[in-house]
Amino acid sequence: MRWSLPKVAVSTELKPNSWDLALIPVVFALLALLAYGAGQMVTPYDVGAPLPLSLDPVNLPYYLLRSALRMAAALMASLVFTLAFAIAAAKVPALEKVLIPILDILQSIPILGFLSITVAGFIALFPGNLLGVECAAIFAIFTSQAWNMAFSLYSSLKTVPNDLIEASNVFHLSSWQRFWRLELPWGVPGLVWNMMISVSGGWFFVVASEAITVSGQTIMLPGVGSYIALAIAARDLAAIGWAILAVLGGIVVYDQLVFRPLVAWTAKYKTDSALGEQQPESWVLTMLQRGRLFRALARLPGAAWAGFTGLLRRREARSDFLPPPARRLILPAWAERAWDALLLAAALAAVVQVALFVHASVGLGEIWQVLLYGLATSVRVVVLIALASLVWVPVGVWIGQRPMVAQNVQWIAQFLAAFPANLMFPVAVMLIVRFDLNVDVWTSPLMILGTQWYILFNVIGGASAIPRDMKDASDNLGLTGWMRWRRFILPAIFPSYVTGAFNAAGGSWNAAIVSELVSWGDTTLRATGLGSYIAKATGEGDFPRIALGIAVMCLFVMGFNRYLWRPLHTLAAERLRLD
Amino acid sequence: MVSPSTALLDLRGVRKTFRTPERHERTVLEGVDFRLEEGEIVALLGKSGSGKSTLLRIMAGLIPANGGEVLYRGARMTGPARGIAMVFQSFALFPWLTVQENVELGLEAARIPRAEREERAAEVIELIGLGGYEGAYPKELSGGMRQRVGFARALVMRPDILLLDEPFSALDVLTSETLREDLIDLWEESKIPTKGILLVSHNIEEAVSIADRVLVFSSDPGRVRAEIRVGLARPRDVESPAFRQIVDEVYTLMTANVRGGAGGAADQLTLGYRLPDTTPGKMAGLLETIAEPPFSGRADLPQLAEETELEDDALFHLFEGLRVLGLARIAAGDIFLTHAGRAFVEAEDAGRKEMFAEALLRGIPLAAHIKRVLDERKDHRAPEDRFLQELQDYLTDHEAERVLETAITWGRYAEIYDYDYNSGVLMLPEEVVEELEAEDQAEAE
Repeated sequence: MRWSLPKVAVSTELKPNSWDLALIPVVFALLALLAYGAGQMVTPYDVGAPLPLSLDPVNLPYYLLRSALRMAAALMASLVFTLAFAIAAAKVPALEKVLIPILDILQSIPILGFLSITVAGFIALFPGNLLGVECAAIFAIFTSQAWNMAFSLYSSLKTVPNDLIEASNVFHLSSWQRFWRLELPWGVPGLVWNMMISVSGGWFFVVASEAITVSGQTIMLPGVGSYIALAIAARDLAAIGWAILAVLGGIVVYDQLVFRPLVAWTAKYKTDSALGEQQPESWVLTMLQRGRLFRALARLPGAAWAGFTGLLRRREARSDFLPPPARRLILPAWAERAWDALLLAAALAAVVQVALFVHASVGLGEIWQVLLYGLATSVRVVVLIALASLVWVPVGVWIGQRPMVAQNVQWIAQFLAAFPANLMFPVAVMLIVRFDLNVDVWTSPLMILGTQWYILFNVIGGASAIPRDMKDASDNLGLTGWMRWRRFILPAIFPSYVTGAFNAAGGSWNAAIVSELVSWGDTTLRATGLGSYIAKATGEGDFPRIALGIAVMCLFVMGFNRYLWRPLHTLAAERLRLD
Repeated sequence: MVSPSTALLDLRGVRKTFRTPERHERTVLEGVDFRLEEGEIVALLGKSGSGKSTLLRIMAGLIPANGGEVLYRGARMTGPARGIAMVFQSFALFPWLTVQENVELGLEAARIPRAEREERAAEVIELIGLGGYEGAYPKELSGGMRQRVGFARALVMRPDILLLDEPFSALDVLTSETLREDLIDLWEESKIPTKGILLVSHNIEEAVSIADRVLVFSSDPGRVRAEIRVGLARPRDVESPAFRQIVDEVYTLMTANVRGGAGGAADQLTLGYRLPDTTPGKMAGLLETIAEPPFSGRADLPQLAEETELEDDALFHLFEGLRVLGLARIAAGDIFLTHAGRAFVEAEDAGRKEMFAEALLRGIPLAAHIKRVLDERKDHRAPEDRFLQELQDYLTDHEAERVLETAITWGRYAEIYDYDYNSGVLMLPEEVVEELEAEDQAEAE
């Protein structure tokens, strides 16, 4: 044996390679920005004091940072909520009974309506500090993001394959280990996908929630949304243009730095990728995975994660047998019955309370009036979805059948869906005033401005998924014209179309609140409908009317879901699946 | 105390019932006695749905029995035991863990320190022929390699008993044979510490080629019906006369009609009879095959299995269908066409349908019941839920749906009733309804 020099203690893994060199400055810059932005959130503040805002585009990057941070904070809150909710609902049947209907209702509540109800509470929570207002804005964004994420994880937890559960029992995993090693990973792909959808919808609410009206005063948090509100008040078209650019920038940054890597990373959590499905790729993830230093650094959280998830092990039993941990927490029968009684009583009390509150301050006549407003708005939604479908279904099919086009256009459509349409409202106001158009009719298209893209990109997705064989067969049989559409194309894209139209309709209800009452400078246009009713009540701080408006809208949305969308989904799932 | 006479596993009078949604009890296993001794491989053969997988899960401690005793090395079993590992039909690998991580999973849960974990995993991975694939994710592997990971994950626990739940049935013939031989080699050469293996299977040749003992499982309720000792030395030559004779014997046992001991006429079935999972088209095809040379009306079962290239399980469902319809009869390991069966083969399409309808109404209470209800109803229509609910008195939800679906398929072929998928309604065929209406009118006049 020959002597050799002792090896240098620093392992070669810690020497940066070229991937690292490219990434290190990016990471440091990001960290510094985050720290700065977060610091600004916690400055002292008194209600009434105006926050300095300027329309100088130089400030826009800073405003964008603040808005993006709000978005990130809301996303974190949504994740925490999602975990707590999904675990409680999936593991405890007694809670499931309450939580699922509540989530169903929360999903259909117009978020913008109850922003002003919550903001007062948050301000009281952090007196004399901007954090209260920040929290209110973050909460508004949170409410636009959390529900679908929570629902996705819940349904994943309920559908973990039985053989994997059995395997985890045979190999003696504790319930803690089983959750982190099996149940949560199983839900990851669905969760990430829903996070992406949530953030995409979130930009709309960032814009709408930064300028908050509390007790007659408008607080404008530094951010893109406030910048836009200011620009609208000042009739500054150039500033609107800059804001649009800034938001586009924000969407790209989120997409490239957060979601591309996440989606590419979750590919490994999928059981099987369908043949021919494109593997998602992300340059950021590639860099992280190839950079030597980052790979080494990634071991640290990796090891911490392994330690954390292995934390609670099965107790060492004396016998040879380890009874498997329970999958669900079932209460004894008497407790179950007591719980049911309690729920029933609470529901009754709530109904009585709300009825009294609304009745005392509003009156029966107005309730009828509001129901009629609801009808007006639902007519708008239905007509617009129909019109948008007439336009976008043929376009989507045309694009979907051309794979090269589809790849690029679908990305653009997703992008447009994320783009907050409220940015375009001023233009509409100007046009309506200029040509003296009917307000009730011509403000309606604004509702669907941001949501129509859901129809487009879902139809593109559906059309590009039609099997080649079916297309060949329909050509071979000589199907042409209307016959081809009726017998082949429409049924084939129906499931994706229903998903798209459902999302579009849901978004439109929410958009009604901002689109039925629009302004440009001191010009304000008001259409007759439920949206403008809520918007007006919000502006005046009239809580009983806000509550009534929200309740009625909730009723309409749930009615549509139950009697239109759910049957359509069932039809699509049972009869028209392409497999 | 572990005395020499203590079996690895000892089941005495095991009973398992499930509750149907209508709160009726359905007995899946009844009076199952079973012993797994040290040093033996036992195969459990049965049709799909006979409860053999349920029995395996009871042995694994995954589900408790409702009655009887389950002893592991003399101790009453109360949960998954340390010394028992299981391999799954669907592999049940965690898709987000690499091969190495999947194999280490059980060791990790058992608090084995990292260094030892890695060493043991590496050892087993090499042993089972997965070397080089440590960092791969399951979805990157072929089915055979995936099941190797399943075996490695079980073997790394150094189990006393290995429970195999149809581990080869999701693999193609060639792959499953290789994997099977590799397992037998490990066992024969004592490279694994395992003292006993239980294999659940529905493939007769597979069972005979592996096991020291083959147990034939009967269904409704499931219990051990017969036992055959395979006294052949390994490796076994599947072409040898001795091997073929045992296979033949098992076929005979598997197809023996247990219910009506007297033989002859088809036994009386109930409404909840679980219709075999097969179609009229397949039954007609099999009848033709039996009628033609080389069989000419009488076929040896293993030979027929080879000729038709059907899986044993599919074949048994076919046999059962032909038997209850009175189109074929099975005796002494052979299948014969009955008179009805011969007439069926010789008839044209329309005649076949008529004969099938007649056999169906006579032999299957569910079909006769559906027809009667539809005849009696004024509009000759009835929702499927009505029949599903009746079936749920006897069967689980899932099984009730399957049985009704089968009854619909058979009835449609026989043209005795029809079904509308969209509305979920059963009805008499249009022509029949028109005929009935014409008759009514004639009577009225």
